[in-house]
Amino acid sequence: MSKIFEVPLYPYQRSADQDAATPVHHPVVVVGAGPVGLALAIDLAMQDVAVVVIDENDKVSWGSRAICFAKRPLEILDRLGCGDPMVDKGVVWNLGKVYFDERQVFGFNLLPEQGHKRPAFINLQQYYLEQYLVERVRELQAAGKPIELRGGNKVVDVSQDENSTQLTISTPDGPYRLRADFAVACDGAASPIRNLMGLDFVGRVFEDNFLIADVVMEAKFPTERWFWFDPPFNRGQSALLHKQPDNVWRIDFQLGWDIDREEELKPENIDRRLKAMLGEEISYELEWSSIYTFQCRRMDRFHEGRVIFAGDAAHQVSPFGARGANSGLQDTDNLAWKLKLILDGKSPITLLDSYDAERIHGAEENILNSSRSTDFITPKSEISRIFRDAVLDLSERYEATRPMVNSGRLSVPCTYDGSPLNGPDCAGMPERTRPGSPMVDAPVPGGWLLDQTGFGFQLMSIGETVPDALVVDGVKVTSLALSTADDADGYLRQRYLGDAPKAVYLIRPDQHVAARWDHYDETAVKAAVLKAIGR
Amino acid sequence: MTALKTEANIKGPDEFYAELLSVHEGLSKEQSDALNARLILLLANHIGDRAVLSEALKAAALKD
Repeated sequence: MSKIFEVPLYPYQRSADQDAATPVHHPVVVVGAGPVGLALAIDLAMQDVAVVVIDENDKVSWGSRAICFAKRPLEILDRLGCGDPMVDKGVVWNLGKVYFDERQVFGFNLLPEQGHKRPAFINLQQYYLEQYLVERVRELQAAGKPIELRGGNKVVDVSQDENSTQLTISTPDGPYRLRADFAVACDGAASPIRNLMGLDFVGRVFEDNFLIADVVMEAKFPTERWFWFDPPFNRGQSALLHKQPDNVWRIDFQLGWDIDREEELKPENIDRRLKAMLGEEISYELEWSSIYTFQCRRMDRFHEGRVIFAGDAAHQVSPFGARGANSGLQDTDNLAWKLKLILDGKSPITLLDSYDAERIHGAEENILNSSRSTDFITPKSEISRIFRDAVLDLSERYEATRPMVNSGRLSVPCTYDGSPLNGPDCAGMPERTRPGSPMVDAPVPGGWLLDQTGFGFQLMSIGETVPDALVVDGVKVTSLALSTADDADGYLRQRYLGDAPKAVYLIRPDQHVAARWDHYDETAVKAAVLKAIGR
Repeated sequence: MTALKTEANIKGPDEFYAELLSVHEGLSKEQSDALNARLILLLANHIGDRAVLSEALKAAALKD
């Protein structure tokens, strides 16, 4: 049976653009049809921004790669119309166990909070996400939305002037050129666009290698995340076992720095490791194996003029914490509505500076968390190993040190504190929904709060009268009226009111809070809208 | 320095000091290092107050 990642989903086809006498102009060209590029293109097309996605390949990515998707990215995928297949197919998990040497040190439960449509995490192979995104592209095309996906197209040159970018693209039929208002590089950690432009990508290199073995096996292990520090089967190193759909198990062995890659990747050596870990009697099929090293780094700026970088092209973290694909999707969530406003002439191009400010803030948070996890997993000095082992030894007996055990701090959404787009806050309201925060989901009459938001600006009112719609300098703001009378379980009160009797929230198109008040004030709302669109 | 107690606070200092040394008796350097690390972590958790801990870390480093 051929695997989905072996099937060409968007094979090269000659485009009319290749026969044009002068380069054809498109509003947005996205380079890279991975999860980040496809999510951005879908977001734009759903807002009727014409977009062309180009990729030198024509298939979903090889092997499982990213496997852990957090709640916020699932909410973003919901907005894009891809949330259901993800959650239907994905494995929901909450329990984790930590082992040290031969002993189980402790188990934890992520204890998901009630009153959310989506779970805290699901595990799902990246190729399924990409497949669902490609299917969504086809669905939008069938509905007449302006989105194109061109396989076998490779960018070989990029340049720009004040008004547009020019891309030279090589194809099996030879090169052609395109012009675009904006080019977005979603072309991964090795970003050819970034290299073509000679932009720096510096940070911290971690001297370590990890072997991923994704195996298909009938195993009786529970749906839990198991992490080993210094286990007998991988002395001095770490290991991870995590379940994916279709009986695929992610097994990750830390190998250390001085290794022979070719030797380690030989099936007989992987087999030896797997049997040492899981027992001589296991039977499995090796679906994918790979050795990776990583760095924690980011670009100085996430856009240079009209060329914008998103996902791994802009920032890279260790895999511990599932902060790669998850943060890439948050980049696109942040970027799409800004491009729409700029292309519609409603915001100045300087609105892109807020993409840098907000997503660099996110990237810094991810790099910090991911570096700390890596420092715990791989102690860098004798004394750091002494403390690491002391934390683990104590954690077997006492709760005291368990919060310090760091096998990856799992991705949580980023609050854009200090963003230039944030408007006023209101004292006494919950901290978690302060300006800059992503909205917190809650059950509302007829479904879920987050399903009633997104794409446009909204005034969410709780117990306060606001106009049905406002137009602020051409930007439409619709209303979403909620009432505490429909809030029997108190989620709205807990998540949005706090001590306030009523509330008015200005919500951005990416479901982040722009500003909030305890009463409606038209002048204040209008000023906050202008601030949120970079005017 | 405001939160960290730097005046003498332990009753029976000689007994405490002897007890501190006694738990290390017969241990290798490696075992002693591990014990010290566990002790620091337990005491730090007991204190809990981040300002006190930061002051203690600075004081122990013999800085300013």
